[in-house]
Parts: sequence; structure tokens; C-alpha cells
Amino acid sequence: MLPLNEPPDAFDIELKMLVEAVYLKYNYDFRDYTGASQKRRILVAMREMDCETVSSLQARVMHEPDGFAQLLQYLTIPVTEMFRDPEYWQAIREQVVPFLKTYPSLKMWIAGCSTGEEVYSLAILLQEEGLLERAIIYATDINPESLEAARRGVYGLDRMRLYTENYQKSGGKRAFSDYYTAAYDGALFDRALVENVTFADHSLATDSVFSETHFVSCRNVLIYFNRKLQDRVLGLFHESLCYRGFLGLGSKESIDFSSFANRFDSLARRERLFRKSAA
Amino acid sequence: MKAAKAPVKAVPGVGEEARALLDGRRIELVVIGGSAGGVDALVGLVPAIPAAFRSSVVCILHVPADRDSRLAELFDMRAALPVREARDKESIEPGIVYFAGSGYHLSVERDRTFSLSCEPPVQFARPAIDILMESCADAYGPLLAGILLTGANYDGADGMCRIRERGGLTIVQDPEEAQASAMPGEAIRRCAPHLVLPLSGIRALLPLLETP
Repeated sequence: MLPLNEPPDAFDIELKMLVEAVYLKYNYDFRDYTGASQKRRILVAMREMDCETVSSLQARVMHEPDGFAQLLQYLTIPVTEMFRDPEYWQAIREQVVPFLKTYPSLKMWIAGCSTGEEVYSLAILLQEEGLLERAIIYATDINPESLEAARRGVYGLDRMRLYTENYQKSGGKRAFSDYYTAAYDGALFDRALVENVTFADHSLATDSVFSETHFVSCRNVLIYFNRKLQDRVLGLFHESLCYRGFLGLGSKESIDFSSFANRFDSLARRERLFRKSAA
Repeated sequence: MKAAKAPVKAVPGVGEEARALLDGRRIELVVIGGSAGGVDALVGLVPAIPAAFRSSVVCILHVPADRDSRLAELFDMRAALPVREARDKESIEPGIVYFAGSGYHLSVERDRTFSLSCEPPVQFARPAIDILMESCADAYGPLLAGILLTGANYDGADGMCRIRERGGLTIVQDPEEAQASAMPGEAIRRCAPHLVLPLSGIRALLPLLETP
């Protein structure tokens, strides 16, 4: 059982204070994250970091050198896989790529790239479609450890069966093993795939747009944000995207409850691909 | 043959104990969880909710993550109330039956909206009953009724405990008649639910789980 000795109201008050303190001291803004999953993550952090209360966790985070770095790992749980939801990648191949081919150069943004699985997936897809050389990919996240893992591009060999299956279902054109070298228990992905990738620290909650882009993929990130922050982030994407640019979201994410609902057209409804509206 | 045509009387009604528990109690959300055998159990329950029902209902069954759940569609055809899959950031409305979709955890927020998340599976399940029920308990407190049905694992016991802790009403299907007894059995051991009822009893009680 998770530690739940506090009456929930005290817990909520302390949680609010912790999130505020993190913002003031470290400038990481978790204030508009959805409550239920944030509470669960804090409970896990308390258990793993051996803190009885949120305020004792706060003391650790404020006063101990790696307290915050540790907490950050619990607040941003990386859950991803290569070619996750193969139908999404297939829809990009079939419905977005034909448009992308008309541009002499391309800028793509993977927002909340976590440990990089989707970055390599996109790079593989672009290479097979002959677009990788003219593309710049920005891969951004707030978690430096995740970004470091993304840069390394080494994934567990035990994952390769699932990734291979996903890749094949997504319309992959080659043998998936062409893209990595197996060593010990890791699969090291071809460095050429990420030659034009810029991995960067960027917060969707506090930072602004850094480039015009043709395609933004942001999957299973918005679900952790409340409506207010979702609106901010969709605003960033809208601003970043070029005329009629493309947006891809996670398979259960929607823009229906956002003030941007009318500013994107649905391109592939089930696969959650959108286009910036013309107006 | 009038007597044979009265199935309502064959169903055990709502007992004294249940009536006493409901006396003056306001319920605004009913959360129903189940696993193995859960579809059949819900087929017995969801169509019994009358069209004028004023609470919101959220149903959660363990479904394979890699398949799109068609449960909402399936039940929409059988129910008097509209049935839909719960969507991220959607406001929870009265008189609607929501189903948790596949592959994501479903939570209820304090502002009475749904949220989805990809945290790791709990007890091998995503969506997990515990996660949904605990968040419902946090958001609705005593205005919540939790019902745990048949299932072959222990998901839901923590959730039912949390509902009870926060003053909500807890009802568990009698493991004796459940298709799989592990889930209701564990909840009974762990959280001493207010009521342990056969499905017929839950069916009779369900329409009363609203604000009087």
C-alpha cells in the first residue's frame, strides 16, 4: 500500500506547496498538471524516496543537492515505445508524407520526446521516404536524463521484438534490424538517423516557440495537463506550425475540449492527425 | 397466468439494510468495476438503469490494451441512458454511463472531468480499477457509490478501501455467485464493504443510487 497516513486535504495542501516550491526554486512548472496522476506520482516518489509526508519530500527537494533531480524522474514517467500505435505511423506515411515531399526543406518537432523512441521512429520513416536528409528534427523534453537517453539511442534488446512488430505493422519497408547494432543487452541505433536531430531542453509549460515547423508530434503529453495548460500548448503548436502544417497527438487525445478545437482540421480522425486550419 | 409473468417479484428487492444505508444519502457518481465475467455482469446491470437516472455512472472492465474497446458501443444499444467512452478532459454529466477505454488509465479529477494517463499497469491492468476508484473517491467523497463485480485478480480492493475511507458507499458482488470470486473476495476481506449482494440485488439497488 502507498503511504496515505495524511487526511487528503492536508495532502492536497502540501502537494500544492511542493509544486509551488519546485516552480520558484527550479523553474519547473507542474502547477497545471492534472491532479489525480500527479498525486499518484508524488505517492510513488514518497515511497521510493522514503518520505513519510509531502512536506518531508519538499524538504529533501529544497535542501538536498540531488533531491529535485530524483523527484523529476517520478514526475515525468517515460512510457513510450518505437512505432507505438503503428496505425499512427502508417497514417503519417500515407497521408502526411505526400505533402511533406513538396517542401524543399522540413522542420519537425517532437514535443515531449522522453527517451527518444519516437524520434528514431520518425527518423526511420523519413529515411525510407527519402526525406531525412532535408529534415531538421527538434526533439524536446524537460527531463535531462530522458534527453540524455534519447541522445544515446540505446534501447533494451528485449524490446526489439515488440518494436519490430510495430515497425512492420506501420508499413516499414526494410528489416528493422538494419537500423541497430546489437551489443550486450542493448540495441544501439544508427547514428546517421539523428545527425539532423537537435535534442533540447524545452518546457511546454513555460517556454515559447523557437522555430517554424511543418509537423509537430506530441503524443501522450497533453493528457497530463489541465485544460488551461492544454490550451497554452496547443497555442504554441499553432504558432509554430507553418500554413496548413500538421499535428499528431496520442491515440486517445483530443482537441475537442480546447479553445483551439476550431483551429485545426482533422486529417485522420482515429490516428489523431490534424492540420492547421486555413483561416 | 399473472404470477408467472411477474419477474420483478422473483428478484430479491432492496433489503432493510440497504434501505437504511441509503436513507438521506446523496449519490452523484456510481463507479462499477469488474474483470473476468464482468461483461456478462454489466449486461445484467446497465440496462436496468432507468432513463431518468440522475447520477453519473462510470464502468471499467479489464480489456486488452492493443484492441480498441467497443464496450461503450455495445452497451449503448442496450441501455436506456446514453453510453459513451470517457474522453480526456471531458466533463462528467449526470444521466450518462461512461466506459473506460483500453490502453490508458482513467481517472476522475476534482473538477469533475476525466483524465487519461499512461502510467504503468497496476496489477497487470491498464485501465486499472484501483486507479479509477481511488480518484473517484478523492473527487466525490461521500457522494460516491462503488460497486465491485466478478474478477479473477485483486484489482479494485485498494479502490474500494479508499471509497470507504472517504465516506462513499461500497457494494460488492457476492463471490459465491460471481463468475470469478477472487476480486470480490479480496475486496470483502480488505475493506469490509457496506453491502455484499448477488447481482440481482445490485440490479434492484442501482436505480436508487442517486440524490433523493
